[in-house]
Amino acid sequence: MTEAIDGLTAGSLTALILGPLILALVAVALPRRRLIDSAVMLLALLLLALLLPLSRAVLTHGPLVMDLGGHDAPIAIPLYVDSLALGMLWLLTLLALAIHPYASAWLQRSDHPHADDYPALWLVLWTGLNSLVLSGDLFNLYVMLEVTTLGAVSLVMLGQSAGAVSAAARYLFFALVGSVLFLLGTALVYADIGLLYMPMIAVHADASPAIVVALLAITAGVAMKAALFPLHAWLPIAHASAPTPASAVLSAAVATAGVYLLLRLWLGPFAGTWTITTAQGIGVIGAAGILYGSAQALRQQRIKVIVAYSTVAQLGYLLLLVPLAQSPLAWQGAVYHAVTHGLAKAGIFLAAGNLILAIGNDRLENLSGADQFAAKNLLVIGIAGAAVAGLPPTGGFIAKWWLLSAALGQGQWWWVAVIAVGSLLAAAYVFRILQYAMRQPENRAEIDPRVRDQSLPYALLWPPALLAALALGLGFSGELLAPFLQVTDLSPALGGTGR
Amino acid sequence: MTPIVFPVTAALLFAIGLYGVLTRARLIQRLLAVNLMASAIFLFLIVTSTGGPHGPDPVPQAMVLTGIVVALSTMAYALVLIRHLRVLTRAETLESIVDD
Repeated sequence: MTEAIDGLTAGSLTALILGPLILALVAVALPRRRLIDSAVMLLALLLLALLLPLSRAVLTHGPLVMDLGGHDAPIAIPLYVDSLALGMLWLLTLLALAIHPYASAWLQRSDHPHADDYPALWLVLWTGLNSLVLSGDLFNLYVMLEVTTLGAVSLVMLGQSAGAVSAAARYLFFALVGSVLFLLGTALVYADIGLLYMPMIAVHADASPAIVVALLAITAGVAMKAALFPLHAWLPIAHASAPTPASAVLSAAVATAGVYLLLRLWLGPFAGTWTITTAQGIGVIGAAGILYGSAQALRQQRIKVIVAYSTVAQLGYLLLLVPLAQSPLAWQGAVYHAVTHGLAKAGIFLAAGNLILAIGNDRLENLSGADQFAAKNLLVIGIAGAAVAGLPPTGGFIAKWWLLSAALGQGQWWWVAVIAVGSLLAAAYVFRILQYAMRQPENRAEIDPRVRDQSLPYALLWPPALLAALALGLGFSGELLAPFLQVTDLSPALGGTGR
Repeated sequence: MTPIVFPVTAALLFAIGLYGVLTRARLIQRLLAVNLMASAIFLFLIVTSTGGPHGPDPVPQAMVLTGIVVALSTMAYALVLIRHLRVLTRAETLESIVDD
């Protein structure tokens, strides 16, 4: 089971977790913003460089398992990297690179009193997310879920207003109940088969009542944290009242990591627990999320709420992987969708943050004339929005194309309809933002000339542009990246049951 | 006392906690209910650690120790958050607060 792990791979995996953690401690002890900001950028670049050989190792050897602390298989905590995890790691590292400098500049420009606290919070969150992606131990996942929650809730609290703090409290309670349910599932699994080591659970977990209840508890727990429809109630409020760079992190990284975890558990250790009917049920939850989130997004009057509901919708696409898991194309599509959506969604939020700096709020009716004073940011919203909607030539198109092909290939045509309608609705709510922005302003004097595109600092302009460019660029690199996304052998990923 | 008493107690405690978190509006009470659910799971884990052929199983005990630390930290965090909310809004529930 365990591949020979060379020194570089072991070092990369360690750096992915310990790098942000150590830097977070430094940021608390030594709150010098400029120094910490440069260190975060350097760390993100270093981790990107380390991800290259790591990706090649996964491509040549297949999934890597590294047991920590010199212990043997069932006792050790394993770190597990496959193409799904690799996609998440690339996404998280690119987001760290783009969002951090933007957040620093944005908080400073809006005279945020706690701008100096942001780096430490983000670094703790980043540590939690990277560990969540890598960890292959159920109980360890519980601890990392809590680390992630504390980081994410703190970011919402940076919004400061009574609305933001109450949104943070709502989020915290959803997350607390979610982690207790996750812990319940973990305890049941251990009580039943005496294992927490996920690569081995798959072999022993069957459809016994204890394991089925465990899977249900874990699924409900993670769904509360990932804001999957119908447990999404906290997300639009929290994402709309957090500071905009924090919203970008929450939508693009935290929510995606939650769904990633769900897929990892369903298609890994618990693959032998559910039946085809259950899989269709998960797909229906995903489809309901797509339709509900998109319909809600169309009705909102604030950009950030639109984008937040769009997240509820887009996460639904990832759940479609469960009923389609037999097809390698569906795996490619899901990973590609997670990465493209994360990059594009962060790009939209960051561009929206610039519009908020310009007009003071994010109400659609105040956007009139934005095509003149904020053309660059609107271009970003347009391109990234096209990627979210899945229009060619963006990465979103490739992702949805693969998902569509997988659904057609397996004769599950009903998902095709859902994917198509979801894309149509997504295009509608993105273009609705642009439509408001291109109206003629009635009162031009309201707009502060200092906040036109030209006067924004460089650090507020390149991150959204980079994210939109990446989301667009992914549309041209589907064939190039496909080998990395391929699940070479579906049976280990599906728990060796040959499902 | 038969061993079945402990898992049944754990299940009851969990149910009481779940009921509390779903029905109580005051945040402090909800937090206590969540804590009760966590404690119930810890009790259940300790029960599973007994009675192995080689004596007690250390893994669940390690999980409970770690879990207590995690629960303590989140509890402290939640208490500070609730207090901060109360200072800002004088509210003890979430329902009374409207955004903006």
